[in-house]
Amino acid sequence: MSFRKIHALLVLGLSCALALSACGGGETRVEAGDREQILHWGNGAEPQELDPHIVTGVPEHHIIIALLEGLVLKDPATLEIIPGVAERWEISADGLIYTFHLRADARWSNGDPVTAGDFAWSWRRALTPSLGNLYAYMYFPIRNAEAFATGKIDDFDQVGVEVLDEHTLRVTLNHPTPYFLQLLDHYSMFPVHRATLEKHGDPFQRGSDWTRAGNFVGNGPFVLAEWQLNKVVAVAKNPGYWDAERVRLNGIRYYPVENVSTEERMFRAGQLHVTGSIPPDKIAVYRKESPELLRTEPYLGNYFYRFNLDVPQLADPRVRRALAMSIDREQIVEHVTQGGQIPAYAFTPPDTLGYTAPPAFAHDPEAARALLAEAGYPGGQGFPPTELLYNTSEGHRKLAVAIQQMWKRELGIEITLNNQDWKVYLDSVNNGNYQIARAGWIGDYVDPNSFLDMWVTDGGNNRTGWSDPRYDQLVLECAPRAPDRERRYRCFQEAEALLMEAMPIIPVYFATRNYLTRPSVRGMPPNLLGYPLFKQIHLQAAD
Amino acid sequence: MPRFILHRLLQALPVLLVVVTATFFLVRLAPGGPFSDEKAVPAEVQRALEARYRLDQPLASQYLSYLGDLVRGDFGPSFRYPGRSVDEMIFAGLPTTAELGLYALLISLVLGTAAGVVAALRPNSAQDYLPMSAAMIGICLPSFLLGPLLILVFGIWLDWMPVSGWGNVPGDKILPALTLASGYTAYVARLSRGGMLEVLSQDYIRTARAKGLPEWIVVLKHGLRGGLIPVVAFAGPAFAGLLSGSFVVETIFQIPGLGRFYVQAAFNRDYTMIMGTTIFFAVLIVAFNLLADIAAVWLNPRLRHQYRKRAS
Amino acid sequence: MSGEALQAERGVSLWRDAWLRLRRNRLAVAGGVTLILLCVLALLTPWIAPYDYRAQDLALGASPPSAAHWLGTDTLGRDLLTHVLWGGRISLAVGFVATGVALLIGVLYGTIAGYAGGRVDAVMMRLVDILYALPFMIFIILLMVIFGRNLVLLFLAIGAVEWLTMARIVRGQVQTLKQQEFIEAAVSLGLSRWTIIRRHLIPNTLGPVIVYTTLTIPSVMLLEAFLSFLGLGIQPPASSWGLLISYGAETMEEYPWLLIFPGVALSITLFSLNFLGDGLRDALDPRIAKD
Repeated sequence: MSFRKIHALLVLGLSCALALSACGGGETRVEAGDREQILHWGNGAEPQELDPHIVTGVPEHHIIIALLEGLVLKDPATLEIIPGVAERWEISADGLIYTFHLRADARWSNGDPVTAGDFAWSWRRALTPSLGNLYAYMYFPIRNAEAFATGKIDDFDQVGVEVLDEHTLRVTLNHPTPYFLQLLDHYSMFPVHRATLEKHGDPFQRGSDWTRAGNFVGNGPFVLAEWQLNKVVAVAKNPGYWDAERVRLNGIRYYPVENVSTEERMFRAGQLHVTGSIPPDKIAVYRKESPELLRTEPYLGNYFYRFNLDVPQLADPRVRRALAMSIDREQIVEHVTQGGQIPAYAFTPPDTLGYTAPPAFAHDPEAARALLAEAGYPGGQGFPPTELLYNTSEGHRKLAVAIQQMWKRELGIEITLNNQDWKVYLDSVNNGNYQIARAGWIGDYVDPNSFLDMWVTDGGNNRTGWSDPRYDQLVLECAPRAPDRERRYRCFQEAEALLMEAMPIIPVYFATRNYLTRPSVRGMPPNLLGYPLFKQIHLQAAD
Repeated sequence: MPRFILHRLLQALPVLLVVVTATFFLVRLAPGGPFSDEKAVPAEVQRALEARYRLDQPLASQYLSYLGDLVRGDFGPSFRYPGRSVDEMIFAGLPTTAELGLYALLISLVLGTAAGVVAALRPNSAQDYLPMSAAMIGICLPSFLLGPLLILVFGIWLDWMPVSGWGNVPGDKILPALTLASGYTAYVARLSRGGMLEVLSQDYIRTARAKGLPEWIVVLKHGLRGGLIPVVAFAGPAFAGLLSGSFVVETIFQIPGLGRFYVQAAFNRDYTMIMGTTIFFAVLIVAFNLLADIAAVWLNPRLRHQYRKRAS
Repeated sequence: MSGEALQAERGVSLWRDAWLRLRRNRLAVAGGVTLILLCVLALLTPWIAPYDYRAQDLALGASPPSAAHWLGTDTLGRDLLTHVLWGGRISLAVGFVATGVALLIGVLYGTIAGYAGGRVDAVMMRLVDILYALPFMIFIILLMVIFGRNLVLLFLAIGAVEWLTMARIVRGQVQTLKQQEFIEAAVSLGLSRWTIIRRHLIPNTLGPVIVYTTLTIPSVMLLEAFLSFLGLGIQPPASSWGLLISYGAETMEEYPWLLIFPGVALSITLFSLNFLGDGLRDALDPRIAKD
């Protein structure tokens, strides 16, 4: 035994003697939480803000949905729309006018009633350009919302949001938008408390401290109790919430644990009820040894490689197709990602609100070689040096190394790998300064549109240089004007077939969420969005 | 001596100014702005954000207004955490980081020096190899490895220690302090052994021994003084680093300190936060290198004489 | 005979004596032989590595040591022995070259600052303070963007950071030495400054410099892994000990061999270096030589 270890043991022994309670035995944080109905939640990162009109991330989402509530909610088991602040609503026959009737007993945490005017004011704020809301586009189905958000009009009265009376709100859309109700449950459309914001500075600018504990006034099932930087955000049950009777948790403590290994150890030591994820190499271990703790759920996201079509050797669709067809996705999900992901042969995840795109190609190295030869690179000969870009992460690295080798083996193509830190990577991809780049997309709402409208000509998230007028027409005109779901989905299917034919991207897999939960966590059914409805969750230790 | 310190404090001003200026322009050269995101940022949002944080103004005027704010002690708002100021975030993390750094500093100085002296007294014997091998293992075990290892052994398998947190339950400060201290302890041990060996073979030590002074007085009073000079030179920047926080240890143990900001600010291109943490670190560097130089003078009577001469 | 010539004569015999003393130190010899062996292995890697370092067996995945794979395989089913060998090439090169750069700059800079003293010293050491304080990561990201990925650049970037502490240590030693009788004697003998620095100051700072150098090499190897994460260092499927250790640390519970073997390789290097370093230090100690 080394000197260092002896010393460590001495210190440990000493401190154990001093603080017996801390060392072994005793109740873990999770057990105490079960008793007191306090949920300990691994939340991934320190929230940037708790202002629903500024933030963009998942950690912020988990906190804000506890503190604020929009017009509607989603049933976590089915993702169907259920009443939130609005107890009922009517939709006009042409699908353009929504009339929301707000419940009379909805209250802000300071006792003020939640009114239609609160929503109109909050939405105006969310759309005001000076605030810099990245999710302003969630409002764009509303008439003139885009013009207001981009500064083309200054008069909010022209936007299709109308306060009929204190408890009635009417919204007018540009086109029938089947997923509009879903958008209302996105935090960017949540209301904020006007008087509070005005008290703490300019509501139309960033940099206000209205979201601090003690200042925050919300209308959700919980109120903000504590926010310690990089340590914890604690929320407590809101007794004034309209549905408080059904809220069973007394509080939630969100921990900003960035390192997945740290998070897993905290979970194992009984410090967390729920983690955000799990180190991929631990999945197999948990599956074998304690499957009751591991959850693997389909997620509304995909993983793909983007091509830069300005690169000469990648401008040929046959080359892109050959690259796509030579990847053995079954091997990848089974041995590399190992998290129950689904091999992807289309772009939109299967069964996205009843929409499934048929597989557009198959794993066929033989045909891939033929295509590559046809394109002028038989056996990979003469294929120019090409680089695959990914942002630094163990998962991306492993996948890239595996695919690099598959391309080498099946096609005889040498691809070099290049990793960059996140911001440099974004800069490279945004400026077309790449050849092939790793990417992923997570749907904002459950509708094929959330996956397909990004590929229109010069779409901000396209970044491949791909453009097809027929595709634009299908996504921007055919689908929005379709009279029913069947015909709408037909437009999308045709569009997706075009996308997959041209293949400016290679789909690799459809995502899953792998994370850990204690068995005592009840009322958290799996869903595609990883969306918890905290007011339905409770803790019950097994007897 | 006071004049020497005053001189050095005056020298600190240009040092800080150069650091501020260089960092200000370097971060703006780095690709990827503070607001880029996986989802495309619409042009109007980009414009609004740049206007909000004065990034739309010419670089020179941004620089001057930043300097102006700085003189008033205002580090500006964080770009990444829009509701917070950089001052607030640094002061929120500082007490934790300082406490953790102080423990690690004490452990490494006391333990490292002791190991170094013990080893130097009988070079090339078991008394030398044992602590020095431990020190080398300490260097081979970087904190990203030692931290998880200690947690696994003492936190999970033996269940003696909390696996994370800082000041939540008794005992949760032990593992992070040990983890952070280990590498530094090893350095101090190796350097002090080397320094001691150097000194113990010098004439004045022989003279002291010849005078019949007890060995422990020779070692501690005369030997340690000279033997610690390399340690002190290393300690200045090293301890400034300790007190500015450790990204790795804070991340592994889930400690709300400064070290995470230092790294994340760079990753996020949070310009003001990078500036704030860099300036903070620069102040620590200047202060600790000054302290180290004062310590070196104190350890070396001849230098003391020299400074006195220069001052007169 | 002039003082200069006398010195030169003595210099030669000093080195010969040192070499004789070093050869008598068994640990130092063992350390040196091990290092040479490691370097030979690294040089021969392309011919002796049992597998192609890119070869994968996804279905095999991570497997413990076996007859086919002496050190086991990693999570992509790649032979670990092959990766440790190839990684050694990178790590040893980074370790020695970057440390060499740091050593060269640090010793010269520190000696000049310490010997000159006064205003020159103040300016030089404040420059060191400034370089310490600049945000290292931004510096690396900029380097990468401006020059692209490049192994030479990696060596320079690491060397450019590591020399700072070296310079401080050397300067501290020189300040002390400068006051001692034998330097004053050399000055009164009329030797030139450069001769004094070269003949008397630098050799006498070697003790701490050797110690610090042997400590720097492993930390440089680990720093390389961090830079590779940032995208400046080497790219997969190539590997280095630092990278192997940091990946291994992530899976130390599931696949301990992925951590242990690269860790052992790094430890062996470090121990050999230290034994050799200590031996060198003892052998070169001018005061021992006088006995």
